[in-house]
Amino acid sequence: MSIENENLHAAELRAASRLYGSFAALRQVTAEFRAGLCYVITGENGAGKSTLLRLLAGLIRPSVGTVSVLGGEPQEQRALIGYMGHASMLYDELSARENLSYYGKLYQPPGSCTECARLDETLRAVGLDPALTKPVEQYSQGMKQRVSLARVLLGDPHLLLLDEPFANLDAASSAQMIALLQQFKTWPLPQGAKRTIILTTHQPELAKNLADVYVRMQAARILNTEKAG
Amino acid sequence: MNFFWTTLHHLRKDLKLEWRSRDAVNAMLFFALLVVVIFSFAFDPTAAVSRQIAGGILWVALVFAAVTALNQAWARELHNQVLDAQRMSPSPAAALFLGKVLANFLFVTFIEIVLAPLFIIFYNLHVLGNGWLLLLVLPLGTWALVVNGTFFAALGLRTRNRELLLPLVLFPISLPALLAMVQATTAILTGEADPGLWIQMLAGYDIIFTTVGLLLFEVVLHAE
Repeated sequence: MSIENENLHAAELRAASRLYGSFAALRQVTAEFRAGLCYVITGENGAGKSTLLRLLAGLIRPSVGTVSVLGGEPQEQRALIGYMGHASMLYDELSARENLSYYGKLYQPPGSCTECARLDETLRAVGLDPALTKPVEQYSQGMKQRVSLARVLLGDPHLLLLDEPFANLDAASSAQMIALLQQFKTWPLPQGAKRTIILTTHQPELAKNLADVYVRMQAARILNTEKAG
Repeated sequence: MNFFWTTLHHLRKDLKLEWRSRDAVNAMLFFALLVVVIFSFAFDPTAAVSRQIAGGILWVALVFAAVTALNQAWARELHNQVLDAQRMSPSPAAALFLGKVLANFLFVTFIEIVLAPLFIIFYNLHVLGNGWLLLLVLPLGTWALVVNGTFFAALGLRTRNRELLLPLVLFPISLPALLAMVQATTAILTGEADPGLWIQMLAGYDIIFTTVGLLLFEVVLHAE
């Protein structure tokens, strides 16, 4: 896969495969993801979408081939990558605000501050009340999804990887999330860098206002790519 | 945040989670009390005999109780794939490890504080040696248990039988520390020997395994 006329890649895979024993979750994938765009990856269950995102997030390494993110190894670029997986990645016993406060401090660059104002602002942005004190375990799946998005946004990532972000969300919440992601793309970054979003979904029609490029996966390979609109 | 504050940040989170769920402390407390009570029925010891065996029984109760807490500590990070969020974090992995060790240390210390008076009553104990040395042996022994236990519990995180695996790996590797803990405690209770060498051995063991744990935890956390 190649998107023309752009040298600045947010992420790049070269003949990357991910094997689990004899099973290939991702097979010989070569792809380039341009900075500043939103890629929507579609495909059936088991097509390799989540494996691709986990490779880009640096949570797994390719068995064969190479992966580079923002000009380096994904593991070295952790501070610049936001990853939202299938699970909420939240502590059930803590409230949304406590979870964000915890992660905010872990993810913040040295010297910066993610205290009160930023936490509350992020929670409001995803449509949650910062004053909500009940633990996350009492939230609906949709609410957990929103807190999870707030968690990744709080880290101010350059590359946002979202695995099925619209699963468990109703139409209104999905629209709200998409509006927020559109805004996210415009948030300023130093030195003219651009924010990139790569998301997987079974509902590509939901992301039509957000998508710049559609990527279709099948049987652990990228089948085709198509510019949106 | 620097390493120190990150460690405290993890510790605060673990204490908060335990305060709200009380999973680890309740399980440990129940187990430790059960061992102490059952042994006291089984032996019906005179004061002299109890001093000889009390060190062993105390550490048996604490070791088995600690294992339940150590398994619990990482189970929390697996739930909701929180561990992936930890792996994505740019903060030092060793701080997560140290925060978890400190939290487990406090949980086991709490059990020791509850257990100590019961132990004295059930086993009719009067310390004949330098009793204050127990204030050195108990923390050093507890640290040896939790530092290794936390490390090996993390190592077994991705295995299917991790709850079985932990004692299988932990006990053999902790044998020198267990020997030192029991011998030092018995020496203090009976007053018949100098526990100094055992305490030094325990301190050395703690330093070595804490250093190894801190250095290797990043590899363990990111292992696939």
